Amino acid sequence: MILETHAAQAQPGFGDGSRSAWPIVLGYLAIGVAFGVVARTQGLTLMEIALMSTLVYAGSAQFIGVSMIATGEQTSAIILTTFLVNLRHLLMSASLAQHFPGLRWWKGTAIGLQLTDESFAVASTHFSAGVPPGFRWMAGLNLTSQASWIGSTVLGGWIGQALPDPTALGLDFALAAMFIGLLILQAETGPKVAAAMLAGGLALFIGHILPGRWEVIAATVIAATVGAWLER
Amino acid sequence: MSVRPEVVIVLLGMAAVTIGPRILPFLVLSRIQLPEPIIRWLRYVPAAALGALLAQDLFTSGGQLHVTLREPRWYGALTALAVGLRTRNLMATVVAGVAATALLRWGLS
Repeated sequence: MILETHAAQAQPGFGDGSRSAWPIVLGYLAIGVAFGVVARTQGLTLMEIALMSTLVYAGSAQFIGVSMIATGEQTSAIILTTFLVNLRHLLMSASLAQHFPGLRWWKGTAIGLQLTDESFAVASTHFSAGVPPGFRWMAGLNLTSQASWIGSTVLGGWIGQALPDPTALGLDFALAAMFIGLLILQAETGPKVAAAMLAGGLALFIGHILPGRWEVIAATVIAATVGAWLER
Repeated sequence: MSVRPEVVIVLLGMAAVTIGPRILPFLVLSRIQLPEPIIRWLRYVPAAALGALLAQDLFTSGGQLHVTLREPRWYGALTALAVGLRTRNLMATVVAGVAATALLRWGLS
């Protein structure tokens, strides 16, 4: 730290970003292992888990994707649901991009590729606390975070594989429990609670009366619209 | 240890639609200002999607409505809800729900 004072306006480097990732790593370890166990017990192989965590790298969307793959949903329905669930990243990316005016396109792409709710939260907090936004710092934060995600999901898959009967341990319920936990953190206002409950009822109703597997998307679009309208 | 081609197709599709919203604002160098109603709508998408998925997870089985009071997962859900509301901790919520479900299965069997 003393050496850094020699350079005026020292840019925080890769290592600083990597160290700033510790709360993310801790969180991903827990959720990643849970995801790996669920994915494995729903029939995904370790390689498929690693591939998914590398390519998709989005907690909720991966849980949703695994449950939809396991129930044999249409590919187009899975992809459209993923799109809707991850569309919120557009806002976070737009917000984060404001801190990097004039950034080269490939650097922006590299940062954006690994944007998650958690990395967005940590980066935004650091920037507002006075850390100068730098590409190397972001790279350290992002690469450390995703490495911990891939590692913990594969570890979870390996644990799931070694378990004799995951159902007896209640682990098939981890998915629903995770949704409940995320929902409690998400639904902090009245309209959000209303939207979540409406979406639940609509999903059951639409799934009952309509053929195909579009109930999650239809319920989400309708309930989000009602929620936004309620807030107005 | 294998990778099924149909799973790869799903994963590539999921990746493609996830990457777009993540990098687009960075690529569009000018300031992006989405209309306020769209921003507000987007804020409701995660909660709504989670509600729909949770209902499906808890109340359907094989695409059919599945409603019986002897479903251990329901009591696991109530336990998870109670612990989650009290602690607001994801890990505690999951552990409590899973443990309650396992205990009930063990007790009912």
